Amino acid sequence: MNDSLFRRESGRLVSALTRIFGVHNLQLAEDVAQEALVRAFEVWKLRGVPENPSAWLVAVAKNLALDVLRRQRTALSLAPDLENLLQTEWTVASVVNEQFEPKNIGDDLLRMMFTCARPKLSENVQVALVLQVLCGFSVREVAQAFLSEEAAMEKKLVRAKATLAESDGFFELLQGPALVKRLAGVQRALYLLFNEGYHGASTASAVRVELCEEAMRLTSLLLAHPLTTTPRTSALAALMCFNAARLPGRVDDAGELLQLADQDRSKWNSALIAEGERLLEQSASGPELSEYHVEAAIAGVHSRAKTANATQWNQIVALYDALMALRPSPVIELNRAVAIAQHEGPGAGIAALNAIENRERLDAYPFFPAAYGELELRRGQHEIAAEHFQRALTLARSPEERRFFERRIAHCKNPSPMGRGSAKRG
Amino acid sequence: MSEFLFLYRGGMPMTASAADLQAQMEKWGAWLKELATRGHVKDPGHPLEKFGRVVQGSSKTVNDGPYAEAKDLVGGYTLINAKDLDHAAELSRGCPVLAFGGSVEIRPLIAMKP
Repeated sequence: MNDSLFRRESGRLVSALTRIFGVHNLQLAEDVAQEALVRAFEVWKLRGVPENPSAWLVAVAKNLALDVLRRQRTALSLAPDLENLLQTEWTVASVVNEQFEPKNIGDDLLRMMFTCARPKLSENVQVALVLQVLCGFSVREVAQAFLSEEAAMEKKLVRAKATLAESDGFFELLQGPALVKRLAGVQRALYLLFNEGYHGASTASAVRVELCEEAMRLTSLLLAHPLTTTPRTSALAALMCFNAARLPGRVDDAGELLQLADQDRSKWNSALIAEGERLLEQSASGPELSEYHVEAAIAGVHSRAKTANATQWNQIVALYDALMALRPSPVIELNRAVAIAQHEGPGAGIAALNAIENRERLDAYPFFPAAYGELELRRGQHEIAAEHFQRALTLARSPEERRFFERRIAHCKNPSPMGRGSAKRG
Repeated sequence: MSEFLFLYRGGMPMTASAADLQAQMEKWGAWLKELATRGHVKDPGHPLEKFGRVVQGSSKTVNDGPYAEAKDLVGGYTLINAKDLDHAAELSRGCPVLAFGGSVEIRPLIAMKP
């Protein structure tokens, strides 16, 4: 059985139930889905998992939904366009059945993604909602992924659902400017979800991988639907494939973080790299050059390099320049500076770091001082490098990061041939 | 070999996350499978609904119930083969219900053969 079967089924059930009960009853949809999962747990734990667990859960959820409708429909206001059909015994069962057809559940999942990406919600909240509603994370698990307090996260999610409740309802997948606009928001939310897993603060590597996998799964839903499989979507998916391919190389056998330069590239997933290449090619089918295209191209250059030194750093610098033109940010400038250092030497890299605009936005980012540390180390300034790593250590967000910087400090004091390389994380 | 009834109470809150439910379910599966391969499972049994009726006395009054707190309700049962009561109790110690404050009540069946 798939490790995340329950979580994924939760997302499917919540989406279909929300279609029936209406977005303003999202909490009710979640409660009914939870009841179906608890029932599966009760029965399967003794009787074993049925041949088609998904169909089993759908059958249970349908019955639970019908119970709720029969008991409460006069008191509930439902999805406006189904309301009349759900209010009468003549049609209620057939309408509920129809909503749980696999094709409809698939569309509902997409519609739910679009609903969660409501622009009125901040991007972080959109990602948290996606995790809870579509990926079946509990509030505690969402809070863990963001390293925030459970109570605070709970408050945020409740408020977000209230915002959705007053919205224009369950997003319709209809061709047009509204879809194009909201699709950009969905792509952004999935991009952030992936990055939360890839670069985020969450400590447990299992959580990180899970977040990346979920982002990829939801992106594959966009790829599979004719209205949402745009070149941008392909570029986003390519970016995720290239980066996910490198996940297995990011930690050593003891589970410690490794710099890009020190990674064992034979551990990179070649099937995912090939998939990334295919998607990157597919993304070039239109005139558009989005930030996902450029980021995918950068990740592609890394993936193709046999060693860190063999990387086409000049290409990477040029791509970061293009990315700065599309979506300027200090983090991108930081990565660009690291690439410049690889290409032109540590002095040029430090100059580029010094030239970063809005650098105060990197104040809490441990890999900013760490980048200085690496470059000072490379030009032989061990004491200055150690000070920078010391600063990075105070900003470390997880035990892994803390140990990583401690190892770099130790290396400054007693340099060994091992552990040279760029400050950029893989 | 004698037969024993395992009665399960409590063991998983309604508020458990999807991932927790799945992990816990898989633990049950592994535990029962292990017992079964050693020939200890006579019948894996069934889970029980939390509601029912209680019929009582010569008046045969029918009431909804039993009303008990979720943790006190029997949530399911299994029929187990074991050497003796001590052995059955030993086998129950691996039951995942125990991890979340639940319990296993072990009752020897009285055999037909005296």
